Amino acid sequence: MKVFKLIFKNSLRHKLRTFLTILGISIAVVAFGILRTVVTAWHAGVDASAANRLITRQAVSFIFPLPYTYREKIANIPGVDQVTFANWFQGVYIDKNQFFPRLAVEAETFIDVYPEYLVSKNELNTFKKERNSCIVGADIAKQYNLKIGDLMTIEGDIYPGDWQFIIRGIYKPRDKTTDGTGMFFHWNYLNEKLEKDSPARAGDVGWYIIRISNPEKSAEISNEIDALFKNSNAETKTETERAFQQGFLASTSAIITAMNFMSFVIIGIIMLVLGNTMIMAARERTREYAVMKTLGFSAKHLVGLILGESVFISMLGGGVGLFLLFPVVEGFAQVIPKNFFPIFNLEPITVILAVSSALLIGIVSSIFPIQRALRTKIVDGFRFVG
Amino acid sequence: MPSIIRIQDVSKSYTRDSFEIPVLNNITLNIEEGEFLALMGPSGSGKTTLLNLIAGIDKPDSGKVIIADTEISALNESALAKWRANNVGFIFQFYNLIPVLTAYENVELPLLLTHLNKAERRKHVETALEIVGLKDRMAHYPKQLSGGQEQRVAIARAIVTDPLIIVGDEPTGDLDKNSAEEILTLMERLNKEFKKTVLIVTHDPHAADRAHRTRYIDKGDLVEAL
Ligand SMILES: Nc1ncnc2c1ncn2[C@@H]1O[C@H](COP(=O)(O)OP(=O)(O)OP(=O)(O)O)[C@@H](O)[C@H]1O
Ligand SMILES: [Mg+2]
Repeated sequence: MKVFKLIFKNSLRHKLRTFLTILGISIAVVAFGILRTVVTAWHAGVDASAANRLITRQAVSFIFPLPYTYREKIANIPGVDQVTFANWFQGVYIDKNQFFPRLAVEAETFIDVYPEYLVSKNELNTFKKERNSCIVGADIAKQYNLKIGDLMTIEGDIYPGDWQFIIRGIYKPRDKTTDGTGMFFHWNYLNEKLEKDSPARAGDVGWYIIRISNPEKSAEISNEIDALFKNSNAETKTETERAFQQGFLASTSAIITAMNFMSFVIIGIIMLVLGNTMIMAARERTREYAVMKTLGFSAKHLVGLILGESVFISMLGGGVGLFLLFPVVEGFAQVIPKNFFPIFNLEPITVILAVSSALLIGIVSSIFPIQRALRTKIVDGFRFVG
Repeated sequence: MPSIIRIQDVSKSYTRDSFEIPVLNNITLNIEEGEFLALMGPSGSGKTTLLNLIAGIDKPDSGKVIIADTEISALNESALAKWRANNVGFIFQFYNLIPVLTAYENVELPLLLTHLNKAERRKHVETALEIVGLKDRMAHYPKQLSGGQEQRVAIARAIVTDPLIIVGDEPTGDLDKNSAEEILTLMERLNKEFKKTVLIVTHDPHAADRAHRTRYIDKGDLVEAL
């Protein structure tokens, strides 16, 4: 018999209590894992934004447009490689619950600036030629069972009217961090209709996307762009795409912060649960610890025994939790809209965090029972009546 | 022949709710090697306390406890633990077996602190269980044994390391007459056959009859008779 066996036997003394504790830990690990996955998925989305892209928007708010005439002026700034632009079109496709980005873009240049959207040359050329055509992401095509040549009918809301687009291209996301749920069509098509129906709104652009040759110059170029339109009636604010993404998702960011916080609160709560179990166990065994001390077992043996049991239970709970976490995250990935979290994976860092949290839970939970077992004098241990 | 246990002018008190309760007052007592001594006295007189001092699980406030040339009252916590493991076999009134371990594993427990390998441990455990007549109950858990059998397992655990002295705090206190007889016979045998120095605390005059000598404690003082 080795100490290991005693640890094992001790942990099975109250089978129901141990079972419930392990269950509690595994549920906590699953919850922790999901929250962490959401947090990492969000950061991955921000990280996916290219460092060599600047976004120029209206200084007051993203919702105000910029004149089309800015395009030429921005393009002339040294260090600017390519300029393209987009309008948030939105509209209702099928019904209001079908949410994915629908943008009016400069057809000629948009894919140049977004090389992570992979479209075949053929499809791209056809798209560029046909004014009422569009490109959709592979995920959208799959979700709505759309093929090249299909008609997409969208009911306008920001831009009223019935809009029809022919799908001329389906883009594939270049990597896992690329959003595969976009839909793009010709800004010209939109603008022509506006010139006819509401000329006051024509000639406006939602925001400019600028590709620069040297990402290190992003601050400098941003300042130059904004200086160009200073004191005009549409001042601009230019920042890197990353900063823009973070700002755009500011409200999400608060939720992410809360989730981040919650994930560690869960760990704290489960520490108390296991801590409580261990304290109860150690209390019941006061007499046995006194016996073991009498037999000559020392502090290090008792520490090994109690710590061992605590870590054994927490790792078992952690293991079960991890085992459940994989399919649960997989399931979540299926139901979460792709455009919220283009990548929703159980990252190695999450697994490492979950395992080390379980280990930490085991260690921390044993502190009080160990302290108690070591402090109790043998004679008091024998006189103890639980 | 020098005494194996020498208690010199030992005093001990406990503090409870900041009151100091004197338990032992300047006790001096010598016990010879190979002796079987019984300690008797009223409840609360300090018998267990004295036994604990001799067994090295508590320390006197003043005075010395010397056992076979070791002044155990001067040892620190960990040295004392080592000393106990090598020199004392302890038998309790309520057996104090570990409930999740079998009879075999309970007896093996003190041997885990030695350098013996598995096979050597097995030999020792089987010998000890043979002496107490429970070799056929090795695989039983404490709750599957009678009180008398549990106490015999506890005795096997106390002797398995071949200690210098064996102390028992009311080892028959929780047993019926027949079981008590068995236990006392066993302790007598440890004393006679295995030449162990045995010290028991008891309330039972029959038990004390088995001893060579009986000493009495009354309100913390050693007295010749009550
Ligand atoms: N660890 C302790 N803490 C506080 N008081 C103690 C402690 N151990 C013993 N006492 C007190 O010391 C006195 C003597 O106790 P002890 O256990 O030595 O008596 P005893 O002679 O063994 O009695 P009994 O026959 O009832 O077992 C009692 O008043 C007891 O309450
Ligand atoms: Mg007593």
